[in-house]
Amino acid sequence: MQIHKYDTVIVGAGGAGMRAAIEATKRSRTAVLTKLYPTRSHTGAAQGGMAAALANVEEDNWEWHTFDTIKGGDYLVDQDAAEILAKEAIDSVLDLEKMGLPFNRTPEGRIDQRRFGGHSRNHGEAPVRRSCYAADRTGHMILQTLYQNCVKQGVEFFNEFYVLDLLLNEVDGQRRTAGVVALELATGELHVFRAKAVVFASGGNGKFYKVTSNAHTLTGDGQAAAWRRGLPLEDMEFFQFHPTGIWRMGILLTEGARGEGGILRNKDGERFMEKYAPVMKDLASRDVVSRSIYTEIREGRGCGPEGDHVYLDLTHLPPEQLDAKLPDITEFARTYLGIEPYTDPIPIQPTAHYAMGGIPTNVQGEVLANNTDVVPGLYAAGEVACVSVHGANRLGTNSLLDINVFGRRAGIAAAEYASRAEFVELPEAPEKFVADEVARMRESTGSERVTEIRKDLQETMDRNAMVFRTEQTLKEALEDITALRRRYRNVSIQDKGRRFNTDLLEALELGNLLELAEVLVVSALARKESRGGHYREDYPHRDDVNFMRHTMAYREVDSEGNESIRLDYKPVVQTRYQPMERKY
Amino acid sequence: MATPTLDKPAGAEAGADHLVTVTFRIRRFNPEVSDQASWQDFELAIDPKERVLDGLHKIKWEIDGTLTFRRSCAHGVCGSDAMRINGRNRLACKTLIKDIAVLKDGRGTKPITVEPIQGMTVLKDLVVDMEPFFQAYRDVLPFLITEGNEPSRERLQSPADRARFDDTTKCILCAACTSSCPIYWSDGQYFGPAAIVNAHRFIFDSRDEAAERRLEILNDRDGVWRCRTTFNCTDACPRGIEVTKAIQEVKRALVTRRV
Repeated sequence: MQIHKYDTVIVGAGGAGMRAAIEATKRSRTAVLTKLYPTRSHTGAAQGGMAAALANVEEDNWEWHTFDTIKGGDYLVDQDAAEILAKEAIDSVLDLEKMGLPFNRTPEGRIDQRRFGGHSRNHGEAPVRRSCYAADRTGHMILQTLYQNCVKQGVEFFNEFYVLDLLLNEVDGQRRTAGVVALELATGELHVFRAKAVVFASGGNGKFYKVTSNAHTLTGDGQAAAWRRGLPLEDMEFFQFHPTGIWRMGILLTEGARGEGGILRNKDGERFMEKYAPVMKDLASRDVVSRSIYTEIREGRGCGPEGDHVYLDLTHLPPEQLDAKLPDITEFARTYLGIEPYTDPIPIQPTAHYAMGGIPTNVQGEVLANNTDVVPGLYAAGEVACVSVHGANRLGTNSLLDINVFGRRAGIAAAEYASRAEFVELPEAPEKFVADEVARMRESTGSERVTEIRKDLQETMDRNAMVFRTEQTLKEALEDITALRRRYRNVSIQDKGRRFNTDLLEALELGNLLELAEVLVVSALARKESRGGHYREDYPHRDDVNFMRHTMAYREVDSEGNESIRLDYKPVVQTRYQPMERKY
Repeated sequence: MATPTLDKPAGAEAGADHLVTVTFRIRRFNPEVSDQASWQDFELAIDPKERVLDGLHKIKWEIDGTLTFRRSCAHGVCGSDAMRINGRNRLACKTLIKDIAVLKDGRGTKPITVEPIQGMTVLKDLVVDMEPFFQAYRDVLPFLITEGNEPSRERLQSPADRARFDDTTKCILCAACTSSCPIYWSDGQYFGPAAIVNAHRFIFDSRDEAAERRLEILNDRDGVWRCRTTFNCTDACPRGIEVTKAIQEVKRALVTRRV
């Protein structure tokens, strides 16, 4: 085992992690630990754009953007955070441009902007052009630009270091951040990183669903590490299903396709979104569109022999426009479906896309230990975190924005904290938890296989905890997950080696997914209302009296070692916007 | 009522009739077991519309958990799974079985060969050491360099100026090009196509003011002049970047000293 010492350690090198690293490296001795090479991170798969009220192509302002974000999140958004997001969006986009990001340009040479779901002029009057973009590769360009700037600044990366544990230690009756423990994939060696400040920026956890736009590697590693150390997870029941995933594969086809004029059609060729969202139509918020698609499918208007999908129709758009604005997604249709989008509609279905919930933080990125107290030295930003700017449903283009605004904030706050704080002593045998887990996996002779448990988990989550939920389906999911967690204790791997043991890696990742799936389902069972991405058929309406509050889930372990989940709630920060009925 | 779900794998039709039997012939190497690499065959039933990556997953998940490869996004944007498949560099997640297997009576007539990309040290099975590749990338100053005060708003750039370097912005650093280059194979000191592509991306960006510095770096004996325009890199690029053309444009800029 090796011990390293840094002022600031950042876990994850996607958009949020690298944006944090750029700030933290200027201010403190910083290390970035990342499971993947930075440019492999899933920020690179984001397509459509980054919202900012630049008003480059039409009238717009950050106040409208704030309102849309709050309404999009079905009023579960913390309004102070949404205001920061929308205000700082403008400088965030300009900063990226100055770092070199090749945005598409207007004829005057300014950053071009396009329409996106839920973004509107003057509080819902009509769609507005707010998304700053680079073709349908905006996430790729952000990831590359941030990496380029990390290279420029000499940011220190530990590539293919998998962080498995968060080290906290009690000082004067308060738990403080001491560091993290990581497994070096190339060698199998354990490393303890002492740090005054730790920033979790390790991304989402969508891999507990089967049909998902998430990468294989999005397994909630940061959320699970915090959870196991007794820190809460906020609003985990809110998961976004993006309306347009490639049928059966889940590969994302950007909402920008509809922003450019694409239309959703059922088997009769009907533009069905007109029925569900008369003003915004195909550009209503994602939760609304995904439910509408499944309603069409359930009522027998789905396409194909099994009626299990609908079409994304781009055939009325000029091929030059598709080539210039949507080159990647049209290529995905050609590569994976053998379909020519110039002439044929693309079969799509909703795909599990984004965790609105995560590790609770305040607007400085400080992680909360409960409703009021922070964990000194611990920060989180991006999809792993819950600020909460996305509430019950995130608007498209607000996540690329979130990682830049709150990645930057967390990086600054962490480094400033590190420059005035002392190192916290390491807990006794700091590597013990990880060493034991790894040894247990390697030595286990159990009969259960990772692949089967993961498949069963994904199937129950897709069937029972997706776009439509009821008490019954969620209870079924919970029973399944409980049984799967029991089976997981008996899991064994075939690769017993040390070097690049991805068999071991997948087993550890599955452990994280199982724990987080349980949190999602338990939180969803208790939320007896429908709000944003959480739709309960047995409680189809929003209930502001009882549920205008964030879920805070805690892992509890009794004296006999039995685990349970305790739910608490946290008030929503409301400033200027009163909850209204949500119509698009 | 639950959300309607699909119990079949991606791209699969009803029943198993659509499955074909193919052999994956994979180059295996595990220094913890042996210092010799060897070939191993795996036979599997697979939907021809699935990806080579799906086949590798089937092997890893159902037959041999020790098979080791990198992958993440599984749809051609993260650049993790560049491999040599049937003798050509490709991304395993962008290569469909039907496009590379010759099928007869529901069987592949020849094995699908899968090897690590060449010219880099193999660490285990299909995983290679990427550090020298990223070092060459870092050496060409792959970031925007400007002088003077920053404007308060964005720098202006005409759509034509933006289009000038569009092709090379698509690079995902998968190394498929560099590891297909015979010059790179014979001399690891050569920057390789990917580093030159990333230099091109800035040399031809109207906002950048360090083209001269990058051109000097690439004027080195291990720079662009080593390129013999074999076009392997262009053929290998999973993003469709005209790599050889970009290298030629850098050469021309060096000769004319005009960007």
